[in-house]
Amino acid sequence: MASTTANGATGPKLNHIGLPMVDYRGGKSTLCAGCGHNAISERIIDAMWEMGVQPERLIKMSGIGCSSKSPAYFMNRSFSFNGVHGRMPSLTTGAVLANHTMQALGVSGDGDTASIGMGQFVHLMRRNLPMIYIIEDNGVYGLTKGQFSATADIGSKLKTGVINELPPIDTCALAIQLGATFVGRSFSGDKKQLLSMLKAAIAHRGTVMLDVISPCVTFNDHEGSTKSYKFLQENDEPINEIGFVASFDDIEVDYDSGQIYSVELHDGSQLRLRKLLEDYDPTDKANAVRTLMEAHAKDEVLTGVFYIDPQKETFIDQLNLVDDPLATLPESLVRPPQSALESLMANLQ
Amino acid sequence: MASGNLALGQEQGESSARPRVVNDFNIIVATVNGSGSQSANSVLLKSIFGMGVPVSGKNLFPSNIAGLPTWYTIRASKEGYVARKRECEVLVALNPETAEQDIMALPPGAVAIYEEYLNLSRYRDDVICYPVPFDKLTQAICPEAKLRKLVRNMVYVGVVAQLLQIDLKVVEKGVQKQFAKKQKVFDLNFGAVETGYEYAKVNFSKRDPFFIEAMNGTAGKIIVDGNAACGMGAVFAGVTVVAWYPITPSTSLIEATTDLLKKFRVTPEGKATFAVVQAEDELAAIGMVLGAGWAGARAMTSTSGPGISLMSEFAGLGYYSEIPGVIFDVQRAGPSTGMPTRTQQADLLSTAFISHGDTRHVILLPGNVRECFELSYAAFDLAERLQTPVFVLTDLDLGMNNWMTDPFAYPEKPLDRGKVLSAADLERLGGFARYRDVDGDAIGWRTLPGTDHPKAAYFTRGSGHNDAAGYTEKPDEYQEVMDRLARKFENARKLVPSPVVERNGKSKIGFIAYGSTDFALRESLDQIEKEHGLAVDYLRIRAYPFAHEIHDFVASHERVYVVEQNRDAQMASLLKLDLPAEQVVKLRSILHYNGLPIDARTITDEFAAKESL
Repeated sequence: MASTTANGATGPKLNHIGLPMVDYRGGKSTLCAGCGHNAISERIIDAMWEMGVQPERLIKMSGIGCSSKSPAYFMNRSFSFNGVHGRMPSLTTGAVLANHTMQALGVSGDGDTASIGMGQFVHLMRRNLPMIYIIEDNGVYGLTKGQFSATADIGSKLKTGVINELPPIDTCALAIQLGATFVGRSFSGDKKQLLSMLKAAIAHRGTVMLDVISPCVTFNDHEGSTKSYKFLQENDEPINEIGFVASFDDIEVDYDSGQIYSVELHDGSQLRLRKLLEDYDPTDKANAVRTLMEAHAKDEVLTGVFYIDPQKETFIDQLNLVDDPLATLPESLVRPPQSALESLMANLQ
Repeated sequence: MASGNLALGQEQGESSARPRVVNDFNIIVATVNGSGSQSANSVLLKSIFGMGVPVSGKNLFPSNIAGLPTWYTIRASKEGYVARKRECEVLVALNPETAEQDIMALPPGAVAIYEEYLNLSRYRDDVICYPVPFDKLTQAICPEAKLRKLVRNMVYVGVVAQLLQIDLKVVEKGVQKQFAKKQKVFDLNFGAVETGYEYAKVNFSKRDPFFIEAMNGTAGKIIVDGNAACGMGAVFAGVTVVAWYPITPSTSLIEATTDLLKKFRVTPEGKATFAVVQAEDELAAIGMVLGAGWAGARAMTSTSGPGISLMSEFAGLGYYSEIPGVIFDVQRAGPSTGMPTRTQQADLLSTAFISHGDTRHVILLPGNVRECFELSYAAFDLAERLQTPVFVLTDLDLGMNNWMTDPFAYPEKPLDRGKVLSAADLERLGGFARYRDVDGDAIGWRTLPGTDHPKAAYFTRGSGHNDAAGYTEKPDEYQEVMDRLARKFENARKLVPSPVVERNGKSKIGFIAYGSTDFALRESLDQIEKEHGLAVDYLRIRAYPFAHEIHDFVASHERVYVVEQNRDAQMASLLKLDLPAEQVVKLRSILHYNGLPIDARTITDEFAAKESL
């Protein structure tokens, strides 16, 4: 990471807002060695640093579970709220309403989202609240020692030999259907894809829902599991290759528009999706959901950006909020004057 | 007293010889819900108010959309009593389904105005009957069948106004107010009032003793319901984030809040300085409140019993991670779904300790509509000062019924946003520990997300934490935070609204009440004085944790009656947990929990029985 600064001295490499990567680090992880979640934390650090997100401008929200512990392991200079099980969406909604100038990142798990948190998850997706929602998806409950979650595939086997017989919930298909405006799936072991996806997510304004398959090395990484490193390495089928050009980088790069689907994101960055699946159009909702359903039938794990709509109104737009954070508006703007109370009283006489 | 006068009238036999009963009786209007009777009832209430007569109105309605029996009672009281009174002297029977039951419930000598074809006079010969062909009259003035059931109610207002001798000009004003700026609607409705008035004038000679006479008992007063008053309190507290889920009887609190926000809180550029979100359930509603409170906004939700139960887990998070928020609970009759359109004060105990583990919550208890306003804005200051969720408990009676009150006074003090560190503070201090008691008040300093300083951030969690907000399972660190929270709650006794000693004549007997029970208790204490010659003392609790004055009040009396509207003596129980053992034996309870608002007679009679008077 050493680089030469303008005056010739050697120092850590700085990002475009002048911060070294160490300012994006968190506490030491207490998760198992090899846990997919740790790799995701690393990619979040990389993406935030590369994008030059000011750490103090980020809120890290989470629920309960192994995944929800992970905000302690990245970005110590950001504000963090580890709430209650399955309720990260409502806490984040409140926090973003209070201060919509913050970048919001929610980290959840498959249990925290697809079981106890399903009610709040689906309603969050409907609102298109500006935030990044990451599911660190390993198909099991880790902290309670390895029960199936609702994203486990039919036929998937627990270490104890128990076979899952219930169909999985596809959180991406749900998110697309319900109104999220940037939906993708990745794999914690695919550094390049996950990093590009996260950077694009930071540049998007609206609800970003990323389901990141993140193997549980202790309870779900064995033969017969469909969320193991081995299974993912063999069955991961990217539908597109994600290229990201940040707004502060040189955007003028030639590309073959026939093969690449290019989307301009909120902050002026460009997301360039090279089609791997023939004619896949990431703005076509119905097709996106159908593609996911067909892949399930073929036991394929599709990854990539499934759906994007950078134009849709966000919840903040719909509420027509003032530009400044509601949280810190001065008293003169939030307490109506005495004359207002007097007029109300006169009307009640 | 009206009932006394009535009894006298009966003994004399002839109605013409009966003394006049002026400005002191109950009117009950029996209709079906969904028939638009609210407007007519409201006009009648405001007309009596407009005559200068102290008045209160109560809607006894079913949990249903349309077609079930509804009763509206209007109490005129020259003494200014506004509590529920059991007996009604003037009946307007417009619901055929309940008409027989309604007339049978009247005391002898009462008045019944009813749809002519119901022929109710066959049930009672000791009631003065005024049959009115409402349907025929309405048909004649309202050709549009769709509107008829609404207009029909206005006809009754005219009949009652004529019989009670309410000035038609005052009624006209009331109709104008009700249908502000809608001339056509006004014409139709006031036309109906005039039709009723004219019919009564031509067809009836007054045979009853009930009169509304102009007096000067309402000058400068306003009429408002508690939910609207709470909404005003929230808006004048500068609330910015409102998250809620519809539930009777709290919905109108949010509707009032939202209307006021739209009216007063839009910038000249047309932007909102507020966000109102109808959440997916009460769990999400309080979650949004805590998320917003954590990020520095003044946030609120409003609910009733079932919603409060659902909020339990988040309430514990708010307590332990020390996040401000205001939660209104307009109590209805529980347990479970209970009776959604009936009143009770039965959420007190569960709210005081809501959530698992050692938790205690600050509760404010407005005793009238004026306090609904004042304690609502106080709740936001307290929540941010104490960094904890604050609950405001009202009830259906206070929240959804109309009450006469003095106009509200503009808050005197500026908003108290509590202990928040800025970037400059952090620069000066070189950092901070979120949960450290640096000032000796057991309240730590907090920072808000976005505070631009490398030392500003901290990690908020509902899991075990130390005073620097770090995760801990260490016994000492965990316990230190828990002990400080206990000290903070102890200190809150001095910060919450103090109790009001309503009467202190150094009697041996004291009364304690709170919330909407106050209306009936005031009247009861007058009855006790008149009927038993006893002037007892009375303290009204306005908050939990209990201020020391409450301990002093119990200590200075031999017997203390705690009057409340629940089965299990919840306030008395809470007091027993707080009082020294030798004081606990002094407490006795007078309880009312059938879903109707408590009335003075219930209290007086039970007190007399308990005291063997």
